Amino acid sequence: MNFTLKIWRQKDSASKGELTTYYTSDITSDMSFLEVLDKLNQELIKRGDDPVAFDHDCREGICGSCGMYINGRSHGPQRGGASCQLHMRSFKDGETIVVEPFRAKGFPIIKDLVVDRSAFDRIMQAGGFVSVDTGGTPDANAIPIPKKIADVAMNAASCIGCGACVAACKNSSAMLFVAAKVSQLALLPQGQTERKERVIAMLAQMDKEGFGSCTNTYSCEAECPKEISVTHIARMNREYLKAVLS
Amino acid sequence: MGTLLQFYTSSVGKKLAVGLTGLFLCSFLVVHLGINLFLFAGDGGESYNMYAEFMATNPLIKMLEVVLVVGFLLHIFTSVILWFKNRSARPERYAMYDAAASSELSSRVTLLTGSVVFMFLVIHLRTFWFGSRYGNEAGYTMYQLVMRAFGNPVYDLLYITSFVILGYHLRHGFQSAFQTFGINNSRYTRLIELIAAIFWLVVPILFAAIPLYFLRMHYMTGGIV
Ligand code: HEM
Ligand code: FES
Repeated sequence: MNFTLKIWRQKDSASKGELTTYYTSDITSDMSFLEVLDKLNQELIKRGDDPVAFDHDCREGICGSCGMYINGRSHGPQRGGASCQLHMRSFKDGETIVVEPFRAKGFPIIKDLVVDRSAFDRIMQAGGFVSVDTGGTPDANAIPIPKKIADVAMNAASCIGCGACVAACKNSSAMLFVAAKVSQLALLPQGQTERKERVIAMLAQMDKEGFGSCTNTYSCEAECPKEISVTHIARMNREYLKAVLS
Repeated sequence: MGTLLQFYTSSVGKKLAVGLTGLFLCSFLVVHLGINLFLFAGDGGESYNMYAEFMATNPLIKMLEVVLVVGFLLHIFTSVILWFKNRSARPERYAMYDAAASSELSSRVTLLTGSVVFMFLVIHLRTFWFGSRYGNEAGYTMYQLVMRAFGNPVYDLLYITSFVILGYHLRHGFQSAFQTFGINNSRYTRLIELIAAIFWLVVPILFAAIPLYFLRMHYMTGGIV
């Protein structure tokens, strides 16, 4: 397969970037999107050009570092997968593919497709944790949790913090990310102690980082590689209301 | 007071204010429609004029009118602030942005549909609110004012279009408010969808039927009214 790639090139956070066109050939349909970028980078290095910078680590959809905006969508045209899980069979031979970084005020661009997502870390530091006494590893199943609740909490806990929700949202809202974290801990017994402070502190940090607010377009759920449900946002709104009113 | 301020300065608090005022405006729509349906009574406007008189003079209604104006202003003010904040959250736009792949159009154009509703409101208040209290030297009754206004097909078209747009605003808005309040899980989704359809479909249709009714009357009577 052959593709025309239009890739966002930007030297550093201070420079202005632009889309640059590259041509790739000899691509097979079972190659992943990141492998196509690897191949392109090999060619760029051979030519003495600067390779395209992009984040990646696990390449199996669990680390959340490979976020990029492909043909106008977070992680490209597929549903329920990260950019590293995107195969070239999702595209038509000869297609032009536009690749941009995740764009949001809260995600400043570092270089090319790499953005600084430490805003998410600061939101987590504001309250996305439980305080427990250290000691021996507790027994599994020492605290029974109903299956129904465990399933919902697991859906929230599957968030890999990639930022696809922010990137896809027309408001650059981080609500699905924050809601997944708040929801997961609000559902489980371990999260009860800091329940109220958590939701207030995490939302305050979210606002401080410059993310937009939610208008319930539900783009986030549609583009989330882990298909995390917007009902977690409803739960977080409820948590917030309860925390402020009591 | 401190809590309220803290609440309103947060993005989720503002969004809750939009939802709360939005649903309040929906309740107003129902009351307004209820009275308007007396236009169809076929009694030459007798019952309608009676209710209009009651609405215009009752002190309790007068007080509610102030609440309504505040509700509108709060809804508009808050949603416009949020819109600007949301726009500034992405300083550099995407070269390619396929919003249609992940969301409904109605959810992305609420400021536009809301603004059309606002412009409609200005014209509507000019005709009926202002028109009945000031500049009504001829002493028309409320029913006669309605009849005269809707005899004009251009005015009718404006009305009907506005209600289609309002319906589209509520197509997104009604269910969205429940998501905002945190009442969105599989148990209630169907019920909310059903009630939402009353608001985005049935209510606008009934409102739009009024100008059509009077337009028909206008032509049936050979344009006397
Ligand atoms: C009878 C008139 C109106 C009714 C019944 C109404 C109702 C609603 C409802 C129920 C919502 C949903 C709130 C939520 O998502 O939590 C909403 C949102 C909104 N309304 Fe209105 N509205 C009206 C007029 C207006 C006007 C005049 C504007 C003028 C600009 C406006 C602008 C907006 C905006 C921007 C939103 C935000 C929607 C979002 O967050 O996606 N609305 N409205
Ligand atoms: S590289 Fe880890 S999720 Fe894609």
